Amino acid sequence: MSTATLTRGTTRTAGRYGFRNVAEMEWLKLRSVRSTAWIMLIFAAGMIGVAILGLGHVDWSSMTKADRAGFDPTNDGFAGLAIGQLAFGVLGALVITSEFGSGMIRATFAAVPRRGLLLAAKAAVLGAVTLAAGEVLAFASWAIGEAVLRSPAPHAALSQPGVLRAVLMAGAYPALIALIALGLGAVIRHTAGAISAVVGILFVLPLILLPLGTSIQNSVGKFLPMIISENSLTAVKPVADSLSPGAGFGVLCAYAAAALVIGGVVLSRRDA
Amino acid sequence: MIEARGLVKRYGPTIAVDNLSFDVQPGTVTGFLGPNGAGKSTTMRMILGLDRPDAGTVRIGGKDFRDMRWPLREVGALLEAKAFHPGRSARSHLTALAASNAIGRQRVDDVLEITGMEKAASRRAGKFSLGMSQRLGIAAALLGDPQVLLLDEPVNGLDPEGIRWIRNLLKALAAQGRTVLISSHLISEVAQTADQLIVIGQGRLLAQTTVAELSSRGQSLEEAFFGLTEGSTEYSASSIAYHGSL
Repeated sequence: MSTATLTRGTTRTAGRYGFRNVAEMEWLKLRSVRSTAWIMLIFAAGMIGVAILGLGHVDWSSMTKADRAGFDPTNDGFAGLAIGQLAFGVLGALVITSEFGSGMIRATFAAVPRRGLLLAAKAAVLGAVTLAAGEVLAFASWAIGEAVLRSPAPHAALSQPGVLRAVLMAGAYPALIALIALGLGAVIRHTAGAISAVVGILFVLPLILLPLGTSIQNSVGKFLPMIISENSLTAVKPVADSLSPGAGFGVLCAYAAAALVIGGVVLSRRDA
Repeated sequence: MIEARGLVKRYGPTIAVDNLSFDVQPGTVTGFLGPNGAGKSTTMRMILGLDRPDAGTVRIGGKDFRDMRWPLREVGALLEAKAFHPGRSARSHLTALAASNAIGRQRVDDVLEITGMEKAASRRAGKFSLGMSQRLGIAAALLGDPQVLLLDEPVNGLDPEGIRWIRNLLKALAAQGRTVLISSHLISEVAQTADQLIVIGQGRLLAQTTVAELSSRGQSLEEAFFGLTEGSTEYSASSIAYHGSL
């Protein structure tokens, strides 16, 4: 050990660490673990694979008149969001629960004691990465779905009313689920617990509503994230008893904001 | 300079730290001693703002840790050996932490060199031995070239060569005028590195003294230490009643 290398004049008194510094740290963390790449792969495979499965097997000649009337080539191609939302939900939870699980969170807090700022930086990096990946895969899976859909089944085009909006919202939806999961992860802290909560909200709540009758299903169900995604965001043909695309998107943004605010408060108050 | 005043920390009905006050001076290595469960780790976590005290304050250079402008450049901490993601390389771990305080890549290379980790820098940290994990934790503590260092059980898991290295490193850092606080439950270990001592038991201050003063009390340093901590150990063998025949 040479004492000369101990001091390198890194002492800096001007300024203060801020959002940009912390966001850079979070970006470096996100891309330096393998789980991020694996989750991206599962997300892409789920979005494209299910689009091919769903639209590649449409047999227009054997469909009933009612089926043909309800056929929405855009919405039906986004069934892969069921997998995509779970993949990004897991990613969002892991961004913080993996730090609690390993003890890394204490090294992080020792570098960034302002925990609200830390969660904001995590949310910004996670949101940007998942939104970019979500939009790329939404457009790719939509285009591939239309390509494998055989005539005479009607095809969708981005120039048709509502189609571009549906594709854009399909890409934003899994990013919003990732942010909700990040907020839940900040509260729950354990990976398994946070992922269970995400699965519960996405898949179990709609099942709980099933035995309660159609009136409750219609009045409550339309506020559940997965129902909003299927019936509001990606729907080009309007679905009965559901929120408008804009309202559904607003509700999801409100969920994400609430989850992050509560996550930030709990993160700041509780001992690490 | 670290100043703790009337620190109290409760976990439910248990008082982990009970009205604890002490000063840690710059320019010397201070040993933070006490039996297992004495409240050393809890106190160090309160110094770093990880745990909120129920009462009292702790200041580093006159400031609350949460108000530091560049936390890593002011305080370096090693709280647990494996505070990293097991799938991330040592270099990626350090580079990410460094970015949060605008510390350049060159400094990451420097601390890897100081801690003898250059060859292991691109390996996944989860595969490290306890000794290597400890070196990575020390590298992270040194990243910001801080004036204050807090190290919880720094010799844990190090081999004899590593122990000698960390002793010399800590003495050199203190000789440069830095504040160095190291915790241990072994007086014999701390006495090799530290001059100043803070001894606690059951969350209370038992003595703020020096190694020299403590060793002049009894036949040996260890005897004097046991004299101090007697009655404040959490798990005492002698407290189990022995009724003759077994």
